[in-house]
Amino acid sequence: MESARSHRKSIANDVVSTLPLYRSAPALEVRLEDFTLFAMDRLRVLKGISDGLSRGKKTEEMEQLAKDLWRANMRHPQASEVVNKDIISHFVLRLVYCRTEDLRKWFLPMETALFRYRFRHETAEAQRSLMAEFDLSYKAVSNSEFESVKDKLCQVARSIGMSLPTADAIFYKVPFEEVPELVAGRRVFIHKGHAYVASTQVVSLVATQFRSHLSKALILTNRKWTSTIREQEKDRLAPIVEALCTSYLGPDYSQPKGFSEISLKDIDDLVKSSFPLCMRHLFEKLREDHHLKHGGRMQLGLFLKGVGLKLDDAIAFWKAEFSQKVGAERFDKEYAYSIRHNYGREGKRTDYSPYSCQKIISSTPGAGDHHGCPYRHFSEENLRAALNKMGVDGRAVENVMDKVQNRHYQLACTLTFEAVHNSSCDSGINHPNQYFSDSQKILQSKDGKGISTLGNKKRVPLLFP
Amino acid sequence: MTREEVEGGRDEMEIDGCEQREANAIPEGFDANYLKIYYGKLFPHADIYKWMSYGNDGKHPGCDQSYFGRREFSFTLENDIYLRFQSFYGAYELENSIRENCPVKIDIGPVYSVDPAKRRAYAQTGDNVFTPVERELIFDIDITDYDDVRYCCSGADVCFACWPLMTIAIKVIDTSLRDDFGFNHILWVYSGRRGVHCWVCDGKARRLTNEQRGAIADYFRVYKGNENSHKKVSLTGHALHPFLARSYTEVLRNFFELKLLPSQNLFSTEERYEKILDMIHDESVKSELRGKWQENRRSTSKEDINVIRWEQLKILLQSGKQKGQGLRRGIEEIVFSYTYPRLDMEVSKHMNHLLKAPFCVHPKTGHVCVPIDPKKCEEFDPTTVPTLSKLLQELNMEGAKSEVENDWDKTSLGKSIRFFRTSFLQPLLKSCKEEIESSYKTKLQHSKNSINW
Repeated sequence: MESARSHRKSIANDVVSTLPLYRSAPALEVRLEDFTLFAMDRLRVLKGISDGLSRGKKTEEMEQLAKDLWRANMRHPQASEVVNKDIISHFVLRLVYCRTEDLRKWFLPMETALFRYRFRHETAEAQRSLMAEFDLSYKAVSNSEFESVKDKLCQVARSIGMSLPTADAIFYKVPFEEVPELVAGRRVFIHKGHAYVASTQVVSLVATQFRSHLSKALILTNRKWTSTIREQEKDRLAPIVEALCTSYLGPDYSQPKGFSEISLKDIDDLVKSSFPLCMRHLFEKLREDHHLKHGGRMQLGLFLKGVGLKLDDAIAFWKAEFSQKVGAERFDKEYAYSIRHNYGREGKRTDYSPYSCQKIISSTPGAGDHHGCPYRHFSEENLRAALNKMGVDGRAVENVMDKVQNRHYQLACTLTFEAVHNSSCDSGINHPNQYFSDSQKILQSKDGKGISTLGNKKRVPLLFP
Repeated sequence: MTREEVEGGRDEMEIDGCEQREANAIPEGFDANYLKIYYGKLFPHADIYKWMSYGNDGKHPGCDQSYFGRREFSFTLENDIYLRFQSFYGAYELENSIRENCPVKIDIGPVYSVDPAKRRAYAQTGDNVFTPVERELIFDIDITDYDDVRYCCSGADVCFACWPLMTIAIKVIDTSLRDDFGFNHILWVYSGRRGVHCWVCDGKARRLTNEQRGAIADYFRVYKGNENSHKKVSLTGHALHPFLARSYTEVLRNFFELKLLPSQNLFSTEERYEKILDMIHDESVKSELRGKWQENRRSTSKEDINVIRWEQLKILLQSGKQKGQGLRRGIEEIVFSYTYPRLDMEVSKHMNHLLKAPFCVHPKTGHVCVPIDPKKCEEFDPTTVPTLSKLLQELNMEGAKSEVENDWDKTSLGKSIRFFRTSFLQPLLKSCKEEIESSYKTKLQHSKNSINW
């Protein structure tokens, strides 16, 4: 009879981890002031993580970043209150970010990422005690099974530059569904539906569980919020909750504000003067091929909507191009529907928001695609050529390429903006529509037409009484 | 051509034999009237219904009577009219609607939380009550995605030289789905013109989330990038992942060296070999090879020039590795670039993606979308797949025979339908029934336990 390899379960109970799992809301009293301040501190951490990810930082860098952010923002003068601040801030943000699909879509991966980085920094014993909470020990691989798959496990380790498993290494056998990111990266050996997860990779398992629990909790919180809390807290928490998120993430550009709408005859000039490289590329390819694949249609189409292109003009625009390739009839039948869908006139009637830089950078354009972020997805020579076409050359191109090599794609775009407009962009570019609106702002002020009333889009920390 | 004319012709034919029939043959291609006959006599409505029911069409108390009715179908009618969110209560309704509407294409969508026809009644609150709950894991491989590595055809054309790319795609993916992921109920279907579809129908597969589907698609993804980027295949590390290693040694390497190299003449012109040289990272190796090949325009030996040049390349790359060149697996990168399956990621990642139903007729070619046996996929020849007109001809010829029970058995479609039933549908339904019974038992057990406290 073989014994399971996890004989260390008994030790785990002695070690207490300071990493909470946020399984249930704390029975604590919170001062209204702390309610807001704690949440904002945590939000700074999450936003910092979000920025780091959109720069394509590697995992080790992200772990360090998360550690630094946490240390900088999540302290408390009373050491005993540190854990409470952690828990309270999490639950307040749950309230703030449970309320719409978009908010949840941002909050969930950020909290999960934060959890994952913090987990990695815990000691091995603390990690094991956390794992015990997730009930993972029973899935450990027995000695004999380990021997039978050892070759394959070594092969996987060698393929990803991990150290080879030793004789006493613990592996966990779990259904592959529980470690999607390890599967996606081909970082585990899979056989007959089971993945063999190394103990150094366990964070993946734990993070998936954390995420799925939080995802369900957000839905429940939203229900409670909508049905009872929002009304009860109409004068107290509700205004705080509502203000906390909109002030922080910036506008989503789904409703173009303060702009005169753009008309089709202006569009070619606007492309040259005010489109960021990603949209310029898509636009040029569209003019060239009279076609774009789905990813490109979404990225460019929603951008144009955010810039102020009305639905009818949008249809006329796409039709003028596509009909040269597929014919007007086919356009009407196959493509017009999805343009109306983007504007919220069909199907679910969701008014889709234009993609942010983070979303665009993380996309994966394949064969025949032209969407994505050129700073990330173009080869060096193609990117240099594109920048030259935009009028960026010499020293400026080198600076941009330097940012690209360090994977600071948004900074590269910011430098491009600055070179093209001959003026600085302090807030940095994090949304293509922001690039456009900032560009228009500069050009219109140069024209002497005065700065258009765009309102203040910079992030302002909230001050509460 | 109306049915009366066809039948009239048949009487003559019985006397004169096949030669006469040829003269009255149904013209190739696609015709909406033929479709009507196809849906009337040949399309396997009942089999599609049984499949889509996944065992829930029985009398067992564990069966979910609402299951089939929550499945989305989509019809494309003539003149490109789309009817989405079609749903049916049962086999009769499904068959009736298909025969009445005579769709040029039938797509199958997911099983939703509620009947798709009633989706508007469920308001889009934050909780999104109308949402997909089950959907087969699907893959779509299209030969146009390989246009940059095949010289024989481009676009929608397919020939015997490049179709094998589909064959090896099936082999690689099918093996992995079974051995790595443990799936059993897998259906491969010819898409009718230039590619293949894959339906993974295990319960586990149908219940995968979008994230899990994306993970599987990424596991299968090796070829990245497009004309804007450079690196297409990037294989680094001291070893290949077991999945890639197995695919390489069992399928891809031999296919590349023995079939693709000669049939596509990958090294025969400067333009073609430059494309391969482009994939090499070691500049000195690149220039050495280039020098050799630019001089040596005509092959002095009897051997195929492609084979010779490939050998030269391999020797140089392998020796380079010993010099501590780095972790690039140059040879594998080239082989993978040309042969490894290229999947359409978007199709697999989202539960709500529609996919064409098997046994549809492709409107441009007239070919029926027939299943492909993955164990014998090398024998599959897309040019010999039955077409609509051929099937109708066969129907007419066999018309009078009454000993054959099903109309489709009188035609070359019979083989495909029988294969569909024995290799796929029956094992699938058996497993579904078992699953329904066992989960029902478990449910009963739980309710018993909760009472006995």
